[in-house]
Amino acid sequence: MLSNHMDIKRGIPVAPGVVIGPALVVDTEGYRIPQKFVDRKRREAEIERLGQALKSAAREVRATQEAINAKIGEKYGAIFAAHALLIEDPELVREIEELIRGKNHAAEYAVSRVMRRHAKALEGLDSGQFSARSADLFDIEKAILRNLLGSRSEPLQHLKHPVVVLAHDLSPSETATLDPQMVHAFATEAGGRTSHTAIMAGVLEIPAVVGLGRFLTDVSGGDEVIVDGNRGVLILNPDDETREHYEKVRKRFRSFEKKLVALRDLPAETKDRVRVVLMGNIEFPQEIKHCLERGADGVGLYRTEFLYLNRTTDPTEAEHVDAYLTVLRTLGPKPVVIRTLDLGADKFASAQGAWGVADERNPFLGLRSVRLCLRNLALFKTQMRAILRASAFGDVRIMFPMVSTLLELRQCKMILAEVKEDLEDEGIPFNRKLPVGTMIEVPSAALIADQLAREVSFFSIGTNDLIQYTLAADRTNEAVSSLYSPGDPAVLRLLEMVVRAGRDHNIEVSVCGEMSGEPMYTVLLIGLGLRQLSVTPHNIPEIKKIVRSVSVTEADKVAREAMEMETGRDVNNYLREITRRILPEVVG
Amino acid sequence: MNGTPLRTTVVISNPQGLHMRPITAFVERAGKFRSAVYLSKQEGQRINAKSPLALLGLAAEQGTELILEVSGPDEQKALEALAEFLASYKTDED
Repeated sequence: MLSNHMDIKRGIPVAPGVVIGPALVVDTEGYRIPQKFVDRKRREAEIERLGQALKSAAREVRATQEAINAKIGEKYGAIFAAHALLIEDPELVREIEELIRGKNHAAEYAVSRVMRRHAKALEGLDSGQFSARSADLFDIEKAILRNLLGSRSEPLQHLKHPVVVLAHDLSPSETATLDPQMVHAFATEAGGRTSHTAIMAGVLEIPAVVGLGRFLTDVSGGDEVIVDGNRGVLILNPDDETREHYEKVRKRFRSFEKKLVALRDLPAETKDRVRVVLMGNIEFPQEIKHCLERGADGVGLYRTEFLYLNRTTDPTEAEHVDAYLTVLRTLGPKPVVIRTLDLGADKFASAQGAWGVADERNPFLGLRSVRLCLRNLALFKTQMRAILRASAFGDVRIMFPMVSTLLELRQCKMILAEVKEDLEDEGIPFNRKLPVGTMIEVPSAALIADQLAREVSFFSIGTNDLIQYTLAADRTNEAVSSLYSPGDPAVLRLLEMVVRAGRDHNIEVSVCGEMSGEPMYTVLLIGLGLRQLSVTPHNIPEIKKIVRSVSVTEADKVAREAMEMETGRDVNNYLREITRRILPEVVG
Repeated sequence: MNGTPLRTTVVISNPQGLHMRPITAFVERAGKFRSAVYLSKQEGQRINAKSPLALLGLAAEQGTELILEVSGPDEQKALEALAEFLASYKTDED
């Protein structure tokens, strides 16, 4: 009954790579199981240690019960009486001891396995009445582990062995402090492709899968797990065959990566010698390194939100300039597209409470991004001044996000003109011909792309939002996420419109959403007429490889075929097949 | 153990079934007796009724018929007290 069954979970791949290793289960309180087995000579000492921990855990819980009885009444203390009895449950103790004696499990590991097995059994019961109780078992597990680990419970930063971190969710700060030397991969129950955790995984280049749904009841610390960050799969307790398969995949992926590195100095050029500009998307100045290592032609999207987050005041002009110049210093003469603030009102300092927008009923359709900047000109102008000032030192371009009408774009440009005048008056140098672009990420903008094209020097299609707004589906909402598809015919038609508008008005069009970093869409995008893609740095080699493996003639044909199809599923199946033929390694 | 356990059949009367609170009360009572106490559903596996986890696993709802078995030095008293408890327990609030 306690045998470890292989279990396969599917989630969203957010950083590529395949890792096989021992699980470190992190719950909200950060407990973790340090060690899986003990020496057989230590078995009896381990059982003694377990007995002590159970005793003190039960004592703690009873103390809590009495405190609560006294404070708010026995009715509320009763649950702790139940917990104390569960900790002393004779069957539980017997099962844990059996694992220690029979399998040399460390006490912590044995406790975790037994508790999780029972939690899972309870969740499996039909009646909601009983299934709710698995949460109690987690509480009890924590109480016992706390007593077993004592001061030995360590935070994530001080790991001594390489692990795969499994958690419900990781906070951005937890993710940021993960040590890539020790944390070889991570997988979380929550989160989506665009969650901060996912972005950080990309930055740190730790293979990761998020949005897996519930799986922590099925795994104990120390269990062997496989994270497949290429396909978004987590495998718990793999059987021999699966492990062997993944060992091979891992080797193949490594040698594929090495081959990709060799591509660095080759141009992103199709077989019929059409150059595709391949840029990187970044969030932090440090990521420039990742772009250059992979031979990016520049930065197609520099998100500036990090400057505004986690602080109590808005960033100063000097802070903006400082960040932009850091990027330029590393990037040299290559272009960087700086996107102005793209956040909801709830996310940063000066807006808090100012307009009472924090409780917007529908923030994604609310006061965010450029709409918010147009309402807070001081904030907007500060950033514009900084971008202009940086433009004196490199190939800087400015881009406005979430523009949905022509009027908005004109307002942005007008304010930019004012800021330029100010700088002129002050004698501060800047590039008078600073290229101005707009993101196309709202369906209305795609529909009037021909009008917008007359007023800007480039477009960048933000597919994440464009798809979400076009299909009115949040992809992190499991119930509707299947509607969210880059291959949907409605999305393809909008893309085609935008590309045509760009061509007619002779302005550059690039795609900077995730669609551009997904190898299966590369051929389609080239076929639709795109000659510029901006992708997460780690995707650059793969995309370059595909660009170099296809001709524009072939791509045109693929795009024409795809445009004829009636459903997103047909399009995706077709594109997957095409990509598999061109580059089998990336489709897996 | 002194031979065949004493056994009787009880029907769960509590509208919420044998959930956490009645289980706690039952285990506290059962723990006062030295005899071994078992419960099972009709044709189901016999479980150690001094184990709250095992009792939760029974998932006995209102109206479920359970077989109570007791074996040990104070089996007669235990059987009577525990059967009476299961048949009459009702959660008094919620």
